[in-house]
Amino acid sequence: MNDNLNWFKKYFMRGVKMKKGLKVAVFFSILLGLCSWGFGAEVELIGAGATFPYPLYSKMYDVYHKEHGAKINYQAIGSGGGIRQLTNKTVDFGGSDAIMSDKDLQEAGAPVLHIPTCAGAVVVTYKLAGDPELKFTPDVIADIFLGKIKKWNDARITAMNQGVKPPDTDITVVHRSDGSGTTSIFSSYLSKVSPEWKEKVGAGPSLNWPAGLGGKGNPGVAGLVQQTPGSFGYVELIYALQNKMPYGMIKNKKGNFVKPTIATTSLAANTALPDDMKVDLTDTDAAEGYPISGFTWILVYREQNYANKTEEKAKALVDLLWWMTHEGQKYAEPLHYAPLSKAAVGKAEKLIKSITYKDMPIMK
Amino acid sequence: MGKIETSVHRRIWIDKFFKGLIILLSLGSIVPMLLILFLITKNGISVVNWEFLSQLPKPVGEIGGGISNAILGTLWLILLSFIFSVPLGIFAGIFLSEYRAGRLAYLTSLSIEILQGIPSIVIGIIAYVWVVLPMGSFSALSGGVALGIMMLPVIVMATAETLKLIPDSLREASLALGVSYPRTIMKVILPAGLSGILSGILLGIARVTGETAPLLFTAFGSPFMNQNILKPINSLPLTIFNYATSPYPEWHTLAWGASFVLITFVLGLNLITKLVTKKWKVQF
Amino acid sequence: MNHTIADTAVHASRAKITMQYKWGISEALFRRLLYFAGLILVVLLAAIFFSLAIASFPALRQFGFSFLIGKTWDPVRGEFGAFAFLVGTLMSSFMALLISTVFSLPVSIFLGEYFRHGNVSTFMKSVIELLAGIPSVIYGFWGLFLLVPLVRALETKLGVAPQGVGIFTSSLVLAVMIIPYASSIGTEVISLVPSDLKEAALSLGATRFEVIRKIVLPYAYSGIFAGILLALGRALGETMAVTMVIGNSNFLPKSIFSPGNTMASIIANEFTEATGSLYLASLIELALVLFIVTTIINISGKLIIRKMSTGK
Repeated sequence: MNDNLNWFKKYFMRGVKMKKGLKVAVFFSILLGLCSWGFGAEVELIGAGATFPYPLYSKMYDVYHKEHGAKINYQAIGSGGGIRQLTNKTVDFGGSDAIMSDKDLQEAGAPVLHIPTCAGAVVVTYKLAGDPELKFTPDVIADIFLGKIKKWNDARITAMNQGVKPPDTDITVVHRSDGSGTTSIFSSYLSKVSPEWKEKVGAGPSLNWPAGLGGKGNPGVAGLVQQTPGSFGYVELIYALQNKMPYGMIKNKKGNFVKPTIATTSLAANTALPDDMKVDLTDTDAAEGYPISGFTWILVYREQNYANKTEEKAKALVDLLWWMTHEGQKYAEPLHYAPLSKAAVGKAEKLIKSITYKDMPIMK
Repeated sequence: MGKIETSVHRRIWIDKFFKGLIILLSLGSIVPMLLILFLITKNGISVVNWEFLSQLPKPVGEIGGGISNAILGTLWLILLSFIFSVPLGIFAGIFLSEYRAGRLAYLTSLSIEILQGIPSIVIGIIAYVWVVLPMGSFSALSGGVALGIMMLPVIVMATAETLKLIPDSLREASLALGVSYPRTIMKVILPAGLSGILSGILLGIARVTGETAPLLFTAFGSPFMNQNILKPINSLPLTIFNYATSPYPEWHTLAWGASFVLITFVLGLNLITKLVTKKWKVQF
Repeated sequence: MNHTIADTAVHASRAKITMQYKWGISEALFRRLLYFAGLILVVLLAAIFFSLAIASFPALRQFGFSFLIGKTWDPVRGEFGAFAFLVGTLMSSFMALLISTVFSLPVSIFLGEYFRHGNVSTFMKSVIELLAGIPSVIYGFWGLFLLVPLVRALETKLGVAPQGVGIFTSSLVLAVMIIPYASSIGTEVISLVPSDLKEAALSLGATRFEVIRKIVLPYAYSGIFAGILLALGRALGETMAVTMVIGNSNFLPKSIFSPGNTMASIIANEFTEATGSLYLASLIELALVLFIVTTIINISGKLIIRKMSTGK
């Protein structure tokens, strides 16, 4: 009798143990199942980089997801971030308005294509009572950012803005705190128009700013300028427009005061385009062109067979790029970006067609 | 009359004044908290509705959109950090309570104290170097690793402290009855300390739910709903950070709503912890 | 039934075998598992330290000690000096400590002396705990929308550039965040002062204030100091709230109202985009410095507390 009891106990305990084991197994398989819920047929591409085109990209990718199903996860962490993460191969593509330097290219190790998606304008924006529209000459802008012009009612500012009366307040300079293509474009312009700037600060995505506050991303700078009376900063045009902030007219190379618009940006972009599209549009020769314009690019490796990337994903990337430079272009103007000219699209097509997987071009 | 009485008078006056000052300053320190709660509730509660909680974020400049992916992302991150830290943490806590003396116990206890003080951003860098770089991509997994490392000290200390308080007589009674040592620990001692351990876990969760810095370069963020832990994921604190520092008023509003949800969750967890401790505490 | 002693013994041993099913692993294995768990923790910490050290090696080799005193942080030219951030960190943390002590010390006295039990005590304790539970990004958000305009108004009155953001604002936010840490230990030690000491003084005619001033505080001094150290450790490493309100300037701050950066906030700002391995290594070296400094401060605080509880 005791034996039977023990025998029963033995198998009952085993049963209990198995039931617990079963429970654990079921739990983990549900977990794994949930994980693969995300898999499915949809491809997901990860990109990171410039905040300059972020409003446009976020619209484009939302539309692309609805029309083509692929998920594009783009995080606007700044052009410097885009270049770094592409080099680390933690993202599928980078966004940048800064051209990769030789050192960057060396670190990347393999050829990186710069595919233009649109052109934009970097505007100078400020917070003054009454939101006046002010005029600036290049040397004044450089000297404000160098910290040499300190007050709004400085003679050199009032000289060009007779109708408006700038107040007797300090100018609070606002620049980028992160590595930024917008900064690249802006500083490249300042280097061209101010030898002192070129020597003291130079051009590039991350600078040793002589003065001012730092904001993270275009949104950060826009936010700071918006909230700080007497501030003066630089942002991509759409950020000033979306936040109803005033921006200045700038005297270009030909001596005309130009307002940043899609038209004047396109004029600046209407220049000789090299095959690799790595061209700087600042300080344009065009008579009515806006002098602080620039392209923004999507950076991809020419050879897509790296880090276990599937051909399917590479093809999805190529399809995305083709769409962005063709059908996607219609979203540029409503958001105040200058769409690519026919010539630019032509160059972009050649670049996209040169993307290979295992040395075979993906797009036939 | 004279000097002694006036001086006593003055001393009493100073004493009363001091007490008043202490009370005033103490009340003053709770003012910020009341302000924070008030501001967030005022601005956030009107934003939170079913749409807000169930929709995905919209592109820049478009009105509406929600934080559903952020909420789910936060839950996933909690689950992952739980898996990484709870089993290891409980066992290490048992170790510390069973082995009070000895070199390894001393080193472990020291390590836990140091780990607890490491700034969260440093842990984020570690997770980037250990998980993101080798994996070649940002992922919820790396975020879970970072948060798990942050949760570990809390769980180990809670487990160790709770178990240390359990009298030896319980352990020895169980062993005397012939119960094996492993079973004694796992089926007798551990359940006795359940309330303390549970409160440690809940507090750990409350702490990592609000963490942003380590997620900046691990989980990365995402505008989509994501169930795949090998991919980037969004979280409530990341959303708040991105929206709050943007210039768009619509996004600021969303940030208030998300803050309200986050604070409700975190403070709710703290409250539940208190109840758990009260209700399930085994008295000796 | 008739049980003989032998039957009972056999039954007991069978029972023991049966019970081995659950947690049927041997004691030796279990103990080894426990050891292993403890070991993993130690290895984890060591691995963290070594990862940081190895990853920052390029910068260590290039700059050596001058990293800490270099004033220029210039990614363009590859010159990295962390002095501005050290100053920013120290300025904001120490100011925060000063401001918070004005509030945390009274709270400790409030909870440790005047209101030890009862509803008021519970209320105050809960509120302070809640303060510690609020996520730092929410502090940053609150600081950005409430404190920054207030500081801006203050700056306008003082005639300083009305930026709103800056070292001063970040100290304010930090101060609120560290009140719970500074006050919790203080409360403990103040309440542990032996009552016979206090009553002796009171029976000699001292007022409560005099007891606190002459007996309680000197007695609890090291505990209060330890609490302040722990609060300092917390303040040094705080990232999110600081990043949102400090103004993000890589320059040596000229006054408390200047914008600046702390070691933690510059890492948060620039890590994802550090192009170039020297840049990345320099940022990781900052993380290493942060790790070492916060560890030293935290351990000192804990040592003081330990000495207090065993000594007294």
